[in-house]
Amino acid sequence: METDEAKITGAKYQLAEKPEGLEGTGYFATTLAKAVGLARKNSIWPLPFATSCCGIEFMATMGAHYDLARFGSERLSFSPRQADLLMVMGTIAKKMGPVLRQVYEQMAEPRWVLSMGACASSGGIFDTYSVLQGIDRIIPVDVYIPGCPPRPEQVIDGILFIQELVGNESLRRRNSPEYKALLTSYGIE
Amino acid sequence: MVLNKMNGEIRDRIVKDIHTHFSTAILKEEMNYDFLTLTLQKEHVIPVIRWLYDHEELRFRFLTTMCGLHYPDQEEELGLMYQLHSLENNYRIRLKTFFTTAQAEVATLTGIFSAANWMEREAYDFFGVRFKGHPDLRRILNVDDMIIHPLRKEYPLEDQTRADKDDSMFGR
Repeated sequence: METDEAKITGAKYQLAEKPEGLEGTGYFATTLAKAVGLARKNSIWPLPFATSCCGIEFMATMGAHYDLARFGSERLSFSPRQADLLMVMGTIAKKMGPVLRQVYEQMAEPRWVLSMGACASSGGIFDTYSVLQGIDRIIPVDVYIPGCPPRPEQVIDGILFIQELVGNESLRRRNSPEYKALLTSYGIE
Repeated sequence: MVLNKMNGEIRDRIVKDIHTHFSTAILKEEMNYDFLTLTLQKEHVIPVIRWLYDHEELRFRFLTTMCGLHYPDQEEELGLMYQLHSLENNYRIRLKTFFTTAQAEVATLTGIFSAANWMEREAYDFFGVRFKGHPDLRRILNVDDMIIHPLRKEYPLEDQTRADKDDSMFGR
């Protein structure tokens, strides 16, 4: 759908899509959940937890060529408190496990986790005593991106999946019994 | 560039001097990659290194590296390797010692080289060699609650908890 602005300027870009709602001259009504979901999904602040080569691909993703800023994620948060999305990119050694878990615990709700690449998702080629065989052994993961390392297009695809989740989940996911059970299964309060 | 200026004459003299000072300390003498390598009795390693350190002329005062060894087919299967460098003369020497798993306790080198502190912790972490007199002997690279010494050959390399691979093709 072209926006009014696009019609005027002739530009081909598209802003965020309008949610379903009641519309008439001078007003637009929709549910709070949809309005908040729209705002949340287009302003995700990622916390990059980059430990190896996937981090390099992420740098390309943030750079001018692929430009994750187009999807509302240009502001990286290096403080877990302000971050919405934990992006784990790279091999997580077992010794790094508790650090990653603490970072996750420090994030405020609502929070999402994206596991980028074979190592973060399953240990990858590092099937060895010193490497965590997938971060989902210590924290819950929302989206996995396969690849070794994945290309920036795949990262963007993963972010779009995250946006899908963020936009459609209930406002207070943290109160749902499923979510509570999930966190309990990981031993996270 | 000459990496090791130690010639045959100096080599023979060092070996002879260690023989006179420490009688039966040397079990084996060999040349590897232009390196004099001496295999010593376990209890003589530290005195020999001390002697090489204090020697007026040789002055081996730099510990290039040290590490643990494991040859599972040997009777004395565990070992340690020390590599010393005399910066003034550009001499290099390698010392080895072997012992059984049950007797994996060696005197610490930290009294002579502070740099040995972390190296000995690494040898302890990966091979389970205990260093008598070490100021802070605990794991350095692996997680603290690990119960194995992973570079010993009896332990498999692979993570034993992974379920998505065909076990017959992997080490579990």
